[in-house]
Amino acid sequence: MKIKLIAQIAMALLMARFKQTIVAAFGVTFSITMFITLLSFMGGLNDLLDNLILNRTPHIRLYNEVSPSSIQPISKSEAYPDAYHFIAHVKPKNELPEIRNSEAIIKALREDNNIRGVAPKNTVPIFYHVGEISLTGILDGIDVDAENRLFTFKDYVVDGNSLDLKNTPNSIILGIGAAKKLLVQVGDNIQITTSNGTQFTLKVVGFFQSGMDELDKIQSYVTLATIQKILGKPASYITDIQIKLYDITKAPELTKKYNKLFETDAIDIQTANAQFETGSSVRTLISYAVGITLLIVAGFGIYNILNMMIYEKMDSIAILKATGFSGKDVNAIFITIALTIGLVGGIVGLIFGFGLSAIIGQIPFNTASLPTVKTYPINYNTKFYLIGAVFSLITTYMAGYFQSKKASKIDPVDIIRGK
Amino acid sequence: MEEKIIEAIGISKSFHDPLTVKVLTDVSFSVNKSEFVSIVGKSGCGKSTLLYILSTMDTSYEGMLLLDGISMKTKNDKELAQVRNEKIGFVFQFHYLLNEFNNLQNVMLPGLKFGKLTSKEVEHHAYEKLKILGIENEALKYPNQLSGGQKQRVAIARALINEPLIIMGDEPTGNLDKHNSDVVFNIFKELAEEYHQTLLIVTHDLDFAKKTNRIITMQDGKIIKTELS
Ligand SMILES: Nc1ncnc2c1ncn2[C@@H]1O[C@H](COP(=O)(O)OP(=O)(O)O)[C@@H](O)[C@H]1O
Ligand SMILES: [Mg+2]
Repeated sequence: MKIKLIAQIAMALLMARFKQTIVAAFGVTFSITMFITLLSFMGGLNDLLDNLILNRTPHIRLYNEVSPSSIQPISKSEAYPDAYHFIAHVKPKNELPEIRNSEAIIKALREDNNIRGVAPKNTVPIFYHVGEISLTGILDGIDVDAENRLFTFKDYVVDGNSLDLKNTPNSIILGIGAAKKLLVQVGDNIQITTSNGTQFTLKVVGFFQSGMDELDKIQSYVTLATIQKILGKPASYITDIQIKLYDITKAPELTKKYNKLFETDAIDIQTANAQFETGSSVRTLISYAVGITLLIVAGFGIYNILNMMIYEKMDSIAILKATGFSGKDVNAIFITIALTIGLVGGIVGLIFGFGLSAIIGQIPFNTASLPTVKTYPINYNTKFYLIGAVFSLITTYMAGYFQSKKASKIDPVDIIRGK
Repeated sequence: MEEKIIEAIGISKSFHDPLTVKVLTDVSFSVNKSEFVSIVGKSGCGKSTLLYILSTMDTSYEGMLLLDGISMKTKNDKELAQVRNEKIGFVFQFHYLLNEFNNLQNVMLPGLKFGKLTSKEVEHHAYEKLKILGIENEALKYPNQLSGGQKQRVAIARALINEPLIIMGDEPTGNLDKHNSDVVFNIFKELAEEYHQTLLIVTHDLDFAKKTNRIITMQDGKIIKTELS
């Protein structure tokens, strides 16, 4: 009843100053529209840049670093138990960085509830040969299905089909940079040599483009079975186990656990790519700062219109107080006016913001290094809309607060005596 | 023993900007139920100041104010607002109608604030008050569509809406011509005689004052004479 009455009076005062109200509300609309658009666009851009790396990077990688034995013979001597040992003559053994017991490890990982998927991989340094040219490169043996599922491998195959790698024996998907240098087409054969001299002929079934030029000049893919054949190793030979988690934030903790449990080296994505998070958070911070500045400016608009309304409606405020409305009631009336402007302006702003970001999302954006991106990236995160709504209400409330306080303090005797 | 609706006991008031000027000195009087009392006095003698104190809008004074036997001294802002809403009807020289609302709504506002009745019932009451004042046909018009006399009658209807203990008026006919003054005076007279409404009206119109039950004369912030007519 009382709320209804206060709302009714607030609306009547609003309607009496309809044009100014619309202008003030439009200020809020404009700032919320810009706030949403800016954050959606920045968010989209951040996702794009992050995904460039993060999509292709496992959350945890298990591998075996080639390193010298940590127990050198001298430390077994009882003569110098606490002394510093200068002599370290046992060098790393001539063996490939195989993860021992890989089949058991993969089996155990697949049963872990934290893990979304496991993709085993072999990485081998090679030379590509076509005619007289030979280039250094890196050849990865992959499980095509697991790579597609976890690392959207197929999105990066720009010519040919990722599945051809699985279906064609002795086939290779060549990095697009390497392919250009080697002057090969899909369907051609190329020769490769491993570091210990084994030669092998592979059929090119596709090109791979990651978006990072340096990588595309050296990186190529074959299946696990093919690489094991090239190296003459059994099917259990694995150099890398890539893990994707459901929750990326658990990576550092699980990395430590696997490191102990499986006695392999392990690295988490946060350690491997620390710089990316910093970049995104700075960009996000700037967007928020600009958005909130816009909102504060809109707040001044509301502050102004309330100031004017109170000045004009002194008489009305005086008579309301004389006939039994308390200071609190008057306060509530002007707060209601402010919040109405904020709410209406804010809702329209959210809709416009959605519209504007959707329009930007339609603008073509083509870049050679990002084959999967066709239009400007937009992140339609509901979080932005929530924050926009909350901030529009907070700023309008703040703008209304001081003015309403002023209105509630008006002494009716002063006004009535003045007449 | 008559029932005292309002009682002032030794009320004094000074203004302090920048010099201290004593405007009211030890004013004591009371108004009984169903009485029609007028206050007269030269301009500047403190009539309005007294009325603002009696209406609880001005709280900085010395002395005691009893309304319906209850002291107003200890009440806070909100409680005083409630007293004004429920127990006092005020009519000023200026009508103070809200142009955003029609006349009926203007009359209803204090009733809606009271919140004792549903808005339908308040509306019904408001119509009745407008009928008493002979302006029910103007109910759905807006204040700026009325003449000065009509506006003042709407303001009186607004003062009546919550059936207050007392109606106070500060020169309610001050802005009106002779004809409209007479109309307004007759309304007050009718309220006093037919509805036993208690009234306390400040005026400088002696003809007006002579027709009331009792005249209180003020001079330099003091009551100098009280006469029954
Ligand atoms: N706010 C104020 N500050 C100082 N003096 C005031 C103020 N209001 C009224 N006065 C003085 O108080 C006296 C009484 O004023 P008022 O009650 O309005 O007289 P009346 O209504 O009888 O004409 C006047 O002399 C006036 O100048
Ligand atoms: Mg006066």
